[in-house]
Amino acid sequence: MSGAFTKSMARNIFYGGTVFFFLLFLALSFDTHSQLPKRDMRQNITPQIAEGKKLWEVNNCIGCHTLMGEGAYFAPELGNVIVRYGDEGVKAFIQSRPKEGIPGRRSMPQFNFTDEQLNAIVAFLKHVNSINDANWPPNDQG
Amino acid sequence: MGGAYYMIPEESETELFSPKLALALFWIFLVAGALTIVGYLAVPYATLAELTGNSILETMGREFLEQPLPTKLGIVVVALGFLFNLTMTMLKGKKTAISMVLLIGLWGLAVFFLFSFYNPVNVVLDKFFWWWTVHLWVEGVWELILGSFLAFVLIKTTGVDREVIEKWLYVIVTLTLITGIIGTGHHYFWIGTPEYWQWWGSIFSALEPIPFFAMTVFAFNMVNRRRREHPNKAAVLWALGCGVMAFLGAGVWGFLHTLAPVNYYTHGSQITAAHGHMAFYGAYAMVNLMMISYAMPILRGRAANSNKSQVLEMWAFWLMTVAMVFITLFLTAAGILQVWLQRVSDAPLPFMVVQDKISLFYWMREWAGVVFLIGLILYIASFFVGGKEEKAA
Ligand code: HEM
Ligand code: HEM
Ligand SMILES: [Fe+2]
Repeated sequence: MSGAFTKSMARNIFYGGTVFFFLLFLALSFDTHSQLPKRDMRQNITPQIAEGKKLWEVNNCIGCHTLMGEGAYFAPELGNVIVRYGDEGVKAFIQSRPKEGIPGRRSMPQFNFTDEQLNAIVAFLKHVNSINDANWPPNDQG
Repeated sequence: MGGAYYMIPEESETELFSPKLALALFWIFLVAGALTIVGYLAVPYATLAELTGNSILETMGREFLEQPLPTKLGIVVVALGFLFNLTMTMLKGKKTAISMVLLIGLWGLAVFFLFSFYNPVNVVLDKFFWWWTVHLWVEGVWELILGSFLAFVLIKTTGVDREVIEKWLYVIVTLTLITGIIGTGHHYFWIGTPEYWQWWGSIFSALEPIPFFAMTVFAFNMVNRRRREHPNKAAVLWALGCGVMAFLGAGVWGFLHTLAPVNYYTHGSQITAAHGHMAFYGAYAMVNLMMISYAMPILRGRAANSNKSQVLEMWAFWLMTVAMVFITLFLTAAGILQVWLQRVSDAPLPFMVVQDKISLFYWMREWAGVVFLIGLILYIASFFVGGKEEKAA
């Protein structure tokens, strides 16, 4: 911070640097968007999967669970739960949550979903599992 | 927010453009906030979503952006009014570097919040832009706000030349944005985005601790070169503490898990929780406590609170800060065990089994939380303690 380096130089570097790196970020994002169709399996998204995502959101599953590693850390990762339990296993699990919870154990609420809703949730979780996410998580336990 | 109202007029050497608008917005914000909380408590989340028109524009049920649609809109209205008010104030008066940086920070905050209204069916896109709000806030524009608040209090309490302080501020915020913007890539490792983000994200975010380190050096340097002894010792303590804790929580704990090969194992574990806690407290809780500590006595017509009150406040500082260090350490210990048992070992165990094994650390964390709460109560109490006060400067 010697005399030669003035405040207005610092200011110009701030504006210039910010604009440059922001544009670089936009360019990278743009490139990502051109590659995503090959990875995010968007061609498979059905109205049922969209319904599943909506159910996932309005019931705030993310308030306890993670999905691809993002969310709350209170309950298991569900991005790959299909691998652990299979379609029927997941449905049975969600359906069988006791209303009063399980004493002495973290419990999940009973949502009283209809069969149709359960199918939508499973379709959504299956879709998430099919996304190419660079082999995360490291193993089936999530 | 209150901090900005205090600082911008003082920096611009003029009155707030519209105190009435400020007051109205304050109440809208408070009432909207209260209603939202009542809503959360009173009805199940799904019912709340239905009542508040989530189906018109589906935005709820995403981490940190859970707020119902009317609350989100309310936030936008308040933020726009607030920005309008401050910008007008600044245009009317003197434009200092500190208030420029603050306003850029606040405008950025509002702009990136707009991405919370975008919720595509495609989960990968949803997550991609979710981070434009969340990461570009905490590791971008909020850091500008943080830097300008720190610079403001340091000018006031140390009497060091404005030219020097503002030059530092520019250097710090430059470092913040050139590392932090592309550093967003450290959230694009495992959510379906291309693998090259593992390189961009790791390299740039690994540099993100530098601006935090610079902030700490800056704070200590300025206090050491002080030209006067400001009577509000507590505020100076908060400023120094904020620098150190932000560096530890964001810089050190952030660096710990920001490289892609490490993050592969720690992603979404208690390590993330440990980092999130300390970074949030160190940077954004402490800077607010600092602003309150500095401005509150002055607003009540004195330069600083009485000695007795400041001693209490310093106790509050140490209790909260030490408690937060322990919370972070316990969560980190829990996180290391969790990562090991669930992800690294040869025979990985299920999530729930692992959580059971590490519950001891959660209990210890709980007790540290109690100490933190006591500290917070002391902080609030310290403003009501009388004693002989310094005259207004
Ligand atoms: C509709 C939203 C939700 C869905 C689709 C869902 C789905 C699931 C599934 C499939 C499992 C089994 C995971 C495994 O064992 O690997 C599970 C476990 C669990 N969930 Fe949820 N969940 C939802 C919401 C919640 C919420 C809101 C909470 C917290 C209040 C919660 C807490 C738990 C807990 C504690 C477990 C572990 C239970 C045990 O093993 O005894 N879940 N969930
Ligand atoms: C004051 C500044 C910061 C705050 C308030 C903050 C806060 C947080 C929070 C709350 C999360 C969790 C997000 C989620 O729920 O998924 C997070 C994640 C993360 N942060 Fe920070 N952070 C800050 C700075 C940094 C810095 C400087 C670095 C890097 C050196 C960093 C590295 C990370 C990484 C790698 C993750 C992802 C963790 C994961 O994969 O689960 N953070 N941060
Ligand atoms: Fe980040």
